[in-house]
Amino acid sequence: MTATDYAAACLFILGGIFFFAGTAGLLRFPDVYTRLHALTKADNVGLGLIVAGLVLQAESWLVAGKLLLIWLLVLFAGACVAHLVARRALRKGIRIWTE
Amino acid sequence: MTNAFLYAFAGIGLFVLGLHALVVHAHVLRKILAVNVMGSGVFLVLVALARRSGEATSDPVPHAMVITGIVVAVSATALALALMLKLAGKSGEAVLPGKHND
Amino acid sequence: MDGIIFLQWAFDAVLGLGLLWLAWRALNSSDLFKAIVLFIAFGLLMALAWVRLNASDVALAEAAIGAGLTGALLLAALARLETMTDQNVSGVSAHPAHPPSPTPAGSRFSRGLLILLLSASTAGMGYAVWSLPSYSTGLSMDVAAHLDSSGVSNPVTAVLLNFRSYDTLLEMIVLLLAVLGVWSLDGLPPQPEKPPATVLETLSRFLTPVFILVAAYLLWVGADAPGGAFQAGSVLGATGVLLLLSGWRPRARLMQWPLRLALTTGAGAFILLGLLTLLLEKQLLAYPVAQAGRMILLLESLATVSIAATLAILFLSVSSGHKMKTGKEEKE
Repeated sequence: MTATDYAAACLFILGGIFFFAGTAGLLRFPDVYTRLHALTKADNVGLGLIVAGLVLQAESWLVAGKLLLIWLLVLFAGACVAHLVARRALRKGIRIWTE
Repeated sequence: MTNAFLYAFAGIGLFVLGLHALVVHAHVLRKILAVNVMGSGVFLVLVALARRSGEATSDPVPHAMVITGIVVAVSATALALALMLKLAGKSGEAVLPGKHND
Repeated sequence: MDGIIFLQWAFDAVLGLGLLWLAWRALNSSDLFKAIVLFIAFGLLMALAWVRLNASDVALAEAAIGAGLTGALLLAALARLETMTDQNVSGVSAHPAHPPSPTPAGSRFSRGLLILLLSASTAGMGYAVWSLPSYSTGLSMDVAAHLDSSGVSNPVTAVLLNFRSYDTLLEMIVLLLAVLGVWSLDGLPPQPEKPPATVLETLSRFLTPVFILVAAYLLWVGADAPGGAFQAGSVLGATGVLLLLSGWRPRARLMQWPLRLALTTGAGAFILLGLLTLLLEKQLLAYPVAQAGRMILLLESLATVSIAATLAILFLSVSSGHKMKTGKEEKE
């Protein structure tokens, strides 16, 4: 294993921690809005770290570019979908959790 | 004995779960879901058995069949859903006639 | 190295059990909406299983169709069912006596019979799989031996569009039949349309060109890497679904012959080429080796258009009751 491999492994583990925390939040948080918060953190940062790790190990710039593109698309779609879910929940009259 | 067999047995499990739900549930939408799960089970068995040659190459023929099967499954699902809506429009509920006696 | 092998086994076992658990939950949850959402999650896990089984072509098709389009169809049909029967079918209120639970006809005898039948079929299928040789290359050697004459280097595409292209021919006809079947079921009240969210509009506006680019890429790359007509067609079909969800409706003029042409072009091209090869080569869909690559690309492009149009129009018909009556437009 070279230095880049170690760096990539660190990024993967860090990303995995974010996914773990996001999943725990999704399961344990009290209402839909806080769950969305947890979920989007995992998607954005967790996936970002894993993509960063994969970019370090990528064979060519083309592959790295495709990986970055995937991350950007997930960011965009994730933000829009989180907004749509929250909007629908508000319309349905689901109250925001306060203690 | 390789990992492929693990997936083949999972496929059989899915098929049986789907068959059980198909028989047991009265609501047509649940029956449609059940048939889809059964189909996934069959696909899983096919592709898992194509993987028996080990790491190198899988058998591409079952792969091609499963891709065809996935597209056929979605069109059949659409037709089934349209039939279900028609049934619900006629009878007021999406349950097969004579299926629920309450 | 043992550690890695153990991890792989553990991952596969967790994935297999996860699939079974999700399927069980999806099929037996009390809420229909929940059931469909769980089914979509099941489709995503299936895509992961395909990757583990070295079947990237199948994984792409599953992610786009199994998880995406089927889920959209099911949710649209559920929404329609709820407005039609004018009650919250998805909730527990649908059949007060036994909402999610088995049909009441289940006397002890018939339940016992069912369990017997299911265990017998499990045992039978399990034995059938168990007794297979644990090493087999199947037809992969034959495919590899003839790959050079197929015109493409992705074996799955070679099977789909050269060695067994009659499968794909029949598949195009199945898609056409599904549309005809859905169209012939008219007389349903159209679904009242809700104004879509602005975010959805922005999303579809931004994503449509990206999706078209991705579909073209998948189609092109299918010749020598995972991808091809089915994956491209389903991505393009999903673009159509996204546009329909954000309130776009095709013009009446577009719904006439352009739509019909798009729906039939795939099957038509296959049939024409089949007849042509039957005349010239004395064999159905046997392309001349020198032309095979180009013919496959042509067929795949036309099939992509047909698959995309079919999937989008199936969604439109199921979600809003839009039907194509003798060229007259229903509503605008």
